[in-house]
Amino acid sequence: MATTEQAPAGYEKYYVPESSSLAVRATIGLLTTVFGAGLLLNDMTFGEPGAVSSAKWVFIAGLVFFVFTLASWFATAIRENLQGMNSAQLGQSYVLGMFWFIFSEVMFFAAFFGTLFYVRQLAGPWLAGEGEAGRMNDLLWPGFEFTWPPMITPQEAVGGVDSQPIANNGAFLTQDRSMSFADAHHWYQWLPMWNTIILLSSSFTVHVAHTALLNDQRAKFNLWLGITVALGIIFLGLQAAEYHEAYALFGLTLNSGIYGSTFFMLTGFHGFHVAMGMTMLLIQLIRSAKNHHFTATDHFGFEASTWYWHFVDVVWVFLFLFVYIL
Amino acid sequence: MGDHHHGPAKGITRWLFTTNHKDIGTMYLWFSFAMFILGGTFAMIIRAELFQPGMQLVEPGFFNQMTTLHGLVMVFGAIMPSFVGLANWLIPMMIGAPDMALPRMNNWSFWILPPGFLMLASTLFMEGGAPAFGWTFYAPLSTTYAAPSVTFFIFAIHVLGASSIMGSINIIATVMNMRAPGMTYMKMPLFVWTWLITAFLLVAVMPVLAGAVTMMLMDIHFGTSFFSAAGGGDPVLFQHIFWFFGHPEVYIIILPAFGVVSQIIPAFSRKPLFGYASMVYATASIAFLSFIVWAHHMYTVGMPVAGELFFMYATMLIAVPTGVKVFNWITTMWRGALSFETPMLFCIGFLVLFTIGGFTGLMLSIAPVDFQYHDTYFVVAHFHYVMVAGAVFSMTAAVYYWLPKWSGRMYNETMGKVHFWISFIGFNITFFPQHFVGLAGMPRRIPDYALQFADFNMMSSIGAFIYGASQILFLYNVLATIIAGKKVTDEKVWDGAEGLEWTVPTPAPYHTFEVPPKLDPAHAHG
Repeated sequence: MATTEQAPAGYEKYYVPESSSLAVRATIGLLTTVFGAGLLLNDMTFGEPGAVSSAKWVFIAGLVFFVFTLASWFATAIRENLQGMNSAQLGQSYVLGMFWFIFSEVMFFAAFFGTLFYVRQLAGPWLAGEGEAGRMNDLLWPGFEFTWPPMITPQEAVGGVDSQPIANNGAFLTQDRSMSFADAHHWYQWLPMWNTIILLSSSFTVHVAHTALLNDQRAKFNLWLGITVALGIIFLGLQAAEYHEAYALFGLTLNSGIYGSTFFMLTGFHGFHVAMGMTMLLIQLIRSAKNHHFTATDHFGFEASTWYWHFVDVVWVFLFLFVYIL
Repeated sequence: MGDHHHGPAKGITRWLFTTNHKDIGTMYLWFSFAMFILGGTFAMIIRAELFQPGMQLVEPGFFNQMTTLHGLVMVFGAIMPSFVGLANWLIPMMIGAPDMALPRMNNWSFWILPPGFLMLASTLFMEGGAPAFGWTFYAPLSTTYAAPSVTFFIFAIHVLGASSIMGSINIIATVMNMRAPGMTYMKMPLFVWTWLITAFLLVAVMPVLAGAVTMMLMDIHFGTSFFSAAGGGDPVLFQHIFWFFGHPEVYIIILPAFGVVSQIIPAFSRKPLFGYASMVYATASIAFLSFIVWAHHMYTVGMPVAGELFFMYATMLIAVPTGVKVFNWITTMWRGALSFETPMLFCIGFLVLFTIGGFTGLMLSIAPVDFQYHDTYFVVAHFHYVMVAGAVFSMTAAVYYWLPKWSGRMYNETMGKVHFWISFIGFNITFFPQHFVGLAGMPRRIPDYALQFADFNMMSSIGAFIYGASQILFLYNVLATIIAGKKVTDEKVWDGAEGLEWTVPTPAPYHTFEVPPKLDPAHAHG
């Protein structure tokens, strides 16, 4: 291939950063965190009850180090941008990076939604004896009937953990009341509906903030971004209330069989992502209010956070539909 | 950024803090070779125990740990990082980019690998031993019945997955955003194409694997019942999720290998690749089909017949684009001015042996007969024909082919050819007999076997030791080349080589294409 080292017109030099210790520091933080988490969990499940261990300090130290490293990583990227090192091409690399990161998050949630659909459509009916695959029902789980939300676990159907014919791997006791709309006493006491309204509104408010930024209206931008963050916090508060209600009043826990498992996994990881997105938006708010970052044409940190925010909103719509309503 | 014309930093910080795609590629390649030796050591222990029937060397529990770690280390530690290393070295040079799109993240995605594997390997010394449930870690073996070390296994998988996702995002951003002006998609070298599609597969399925191990973690520590029927879950659900990741994963391993072969065969045939466009479409078709065939790994689990049929036909369809590729490689060689340097030998070895592995795969895809083959040594033989003779042979070819460009020194051709022939013969002695014992019913992952399998197993073990030993020759050849090989200065090390990476000086300077190259518009593709 014939080549000449010749710059085409309008070419900007791509910014390749100098060597940097960020990656190694982030590695130390991340690996210490997960190693500490492993020690912590194993102490909890397999350790001597009441034994003292330093696992939680390993975990906390790793996490603090990791969070500070990430903060300094983002601060570095912001500083480079403010110093004008970034070309439009690098901006496009960030856009692609964020897009495909969100796509990977979509696939992470797909695993849990797939689990929910599989259990509701296939495994549940089979356990209750339906079809060819259900032929073992009489031997393994006689008397188990499948509904959604489940009224009984297969284990309870055969008389508890000691009567089940296969290995005992814990006691699974169905909840007294589920979180779905069918079980709600009054529509206005049903928290998921309020949470849906809150989260959908927050997608709208963040869009208003974005529009304000595009029109160079700093005060309006800060106000509407602040409202968005507040809505995120209210959402998380209501979800905490819902979890408290589930544990304290409904008997719905992680041990409530597959309903509790899928419910807490889906809403829990979603809630964690809301917390992440809210933190991201909060940081953008501080950047704008305190440091006057962002202009109408240069605000990728904010824009990427809004994409993430819309993503958690869309996930919630699916959650609302498949976990709470249908 | 500063001055771009200086060389690398001195000392260990060059490697720790680097943002240079060539440095990071080199680290990936050496790390993957170290893992190849580690996983190979586990394989040698397995073959030593299976040398004769009866229990000789290791306890059955330890044997299971060896089969598990061998698989995990080879898939996640040796093969995948080796191709990421190749991508790092080659993609920027092939598309005329100054570096990868996101250089600091590039360094991070490498550096979390070694401690991740250290954590995985450390499970060998933990109470209850390392994971012993096979590299597929089916529940409830990996949940209800697992040793406590499974927690660290789970976190290791999370870390390796994060590395893969970041690496893939970087490759996608690089290919989509960093191509030199005029390097349109359909002019990209096929290696770049196959990696773009591989990276898409990785971003799509690694998070699903993360979801699977997270559910395991919850089942083990928090009393959920995703994979426990007693609570309304299903152990078979684990298999579905695992293979939804696992089947694309095998194409993640083999597609970059296809890319390598598509670069090397034209070079030593002195002809452009036959059917470039059909190669691109075939790669994309294979990637698409990989998402809808996963349950062919679980025909015997008790699926509805409609499911068995769907997955059987979908699987057979993969033979079509794969056949397109094989015929294109053969047609590229047809009436070419062939020469048989070491990289070409490994590619031809790949072509023959991968095709055998493809055909046994076709046999396994037939649901009714798979009930006979399932979980036997026939399966072991099949996937080693595609993993070792497919991925590892092509990787070896890649090292011989590009090493002169990387190091500026030529390897010892005679030693390379000896390495090929010992590898080729050793590999076939190891794995060809496993087809026979498998068809006769010898199950995999069992440390002992019935007497009638003794002769073939002894052959397998001898072949494995030969193949293992040949890697030491490879290591020696590479080291001798880097330290004292004959210097080469031609930009085009191989007279038939095509592509931008052969237009930069040899050895490739620390920074290449700081200014995008101008492409010859007449040229079809690299």
